[in-house]
Amino acid sequence: MKTVDLSTATVRELNQALHDEARQLSERAWTVTHPAGKHNIACGIDQTLNVDIQGHAGYYCAGMNKKADITVHGNVGVGVAENMMSGSVRVKGSASQSAGATAHGGILIIEGDAGARCGISMKGADIVVKGNIGHMSCFMGQAGRLVVCGDAGDNLGDSLYEVHIYIKGKVKSLGSDCVEKEMRAEHLAELKGLLEKAGFNEDPASFRRYGSARELYNFKVDNAAAY
Amino acid sequence: MSNSSYLLRESATFDRLAIQEIQRAAETGIYDIRGGGTKRRVPHFDDLLLLGASISRYPLEGYREKCGTDVVLGTRFAKKPLHLKIPITIAGMSFGSLSAQAKEALGRGASIVGTSTTTGDGGMTPEERGQSKQLVYQYLPSRYGMNPDDLRKGDAIEVVLGQGAKPGGGGMLLGMKVTERVAGMRTLPVGIDQRSACRHPDWTGPDDLAIKIAELREITDWEKPIYVKIGATRTYYDVKLAVKAGADVIVLDGMQGGTAATQEVFIEHVGIPILPAIPLAVQALQEMGMHRKVQLIVSGGIRNGADVAKAMALGADAVSIGTAALIALGDNHPSLDPELRKIGSAAGFYDDWQDGKDPAGITTQDPELSKRLDPVLAGRRLANYLRVLVLEAQTMARACGKSHLRNLDTEDLVALSVEAAAMARVPLAGTSWIPGQTAF
Repeated sequence: MKTVDLSTATVRELNQALHDEARQLSERAWTVTHPAGKHNIACGIDQTLNVDIQGHAGYYCAGMNKKADITVHGNVGVGVAENMMSGSVRVKGSASQSAGATAHGGILIIEGDAGARCGISMKGADIVVKGNIGHMSCFMGQAGRLVVCGDAGDNLGDSLYEVHIYIKGKVKSLGSDCVEKEMRAEHLAELKGLLEKAGFNEDPASFRRYGSARELYNFKVDNAAAY
Repeated sequence: MSNSSYLLRESATFDRLAIQEIQRAAETGIYDIRGGGTKRRVPHFDDLLLLGASISRYPLEGYREKCGTDVVLGTRFAKKPLHLKIPITIAGMSFGSLSAQAKEALGRGASIVGTSTTTGDGGMTPEERGQSKQLVYQYLPSRYGMNPDDLRKGDAIEVVLGQGAKPGGGGMLLGMKVTERVAGMRTLPVGIDQRSACRHPDWTGPDDLAIKIAELREITDWEKPIYVKIGATRTYYDVKLAVKAGADVIVLDGMQGGTAATQEVFIEHVGIPILPAIPLAVQALQEMGMHRKVQLIVSGGIRNGADVAKAMALGADAVSIGTAALIALGDNHPSLDPELRKIGSAAGFYDDWQDGKDPAGITTQDPELSKRLDPVLAGRRLANYLRVLVLEAQTMARACGKSHLRNLDTEDLVALSVEAAAMARVPLAGTSWIPGQTAF
């Protein structure tokens, strides 16, 4: 176990050490203490490391993560796990806006709430939120799965492509081209797997499924009012 | 023409083009989309002249004395700045809007003469990386194809906030160009009209941008220069904010800069020409004490070596070309005229780059059309053209007594019109008057 104390070390020193470790692979388990909301903690990792962040993190924590399993024992700022490629990020607290933005792979688990634009432009990752999510979540979501055990804010899934969205609570409003869809057996199985992976004890049958109506995939002048 | 038609008077307001556009809109119900930059006449480098040496200045011998052309980009923070042999780079253009052959040719041509080329929306192709000795990786709002491996493979990172043809607008790639390969790289269904976001998904203002730039530096261990590209609009403020956010290089694109597919009304009515934008950027940099420390690359309507020399005399460290590079590859070549006429255009006029029917094999994803472009030959044509730009710019610089292109400055320039003098902030020829700066 390697420990980096951010009350004495810089984020640059931490990230460089993590990147070097990705090449050397002598120590897989890392603990970061006193993060104090600093930005860009543990971003750009490209190896199967375990990183435990003991406190709150700022913007872009675990940005572009590949392979690593990262846990934040606190809240996170904007863009946690943005553009993640693989691995996992678990936030024990809540997340600010744009959580998991453009993420291609891996799983982002948020045990609290997530702010606006959760899963914006997501491209294949899985995002599972125990609490609520804010407005414009999954805007232009392209691929992947978004699971929310609480409520969703305004304009969920606006201009959605192919993300599967599962919401247990209320949806304040749906965005353009996002519609409720039938929950079939394969979706219940998919949702069950995601909830189990996240460790959330929820009944998949209590969720509703949302997806793209695919009406805006090709521009038609008759749809102009939707934009 | 009969005597009666000889007396017909065309309206200056409702001229034939305006009437044609109203009729087209009424028939189709959709705005016109095209490629390229503005076609209207705007004050440009043609409205400036260079002052060659005579008695008060000492020229350099054109065939003997050296005139340097190299430029180093990204000296502010990056561990590995880009050292280019010539101050003319290839602008970002996507695989998707362009064929893989065209992207490869751009890389080949740029590499022959020692300059950089740039990816575009949709990510990095192996063909492009393989043939580009120095490749700038664009970081765009859509993040299509964005991944940390390619980010690290780039020699610099260009955070794109806008482009001159459509500042404030996102991108589009119409369904006919969204082939299986293009769709796969962008994680999208095949054949859809693909939209590219107009703003980044995970930051909203300049303070956030500073953190985003820091993240990109962290991921790449502070090795890569970070460029920030902006479309020319509120240039003075945008440049100040980009510098404050930590940019190593500013890329400034005027409204003459091309696009692969944008609404005609957007291209023609939003943004400002590159001529007034350069002095605004230079002023911002100078006030911050960052001129020449944060390098300035300008683009939008660069056609010849005189344009290069004039842009640099106004304070740019380098220029970038897009449309001119495509023409050098073979776009709009006269030999294509019969085929262009079949699709309703003509050589010298073709701008339907969004349609994917380009007989030159450049702005297309059609495999048969793409095959027509030989990347090796097209790359050589681009290299030839770039060499001519450099030779011409050197000729101008030597005539002004400058031993390096970077030594050109505003004292080497005068303007031919009051408008150009005001915009470029150089004297009207034959006077010492700079409108807006000095008393008449």
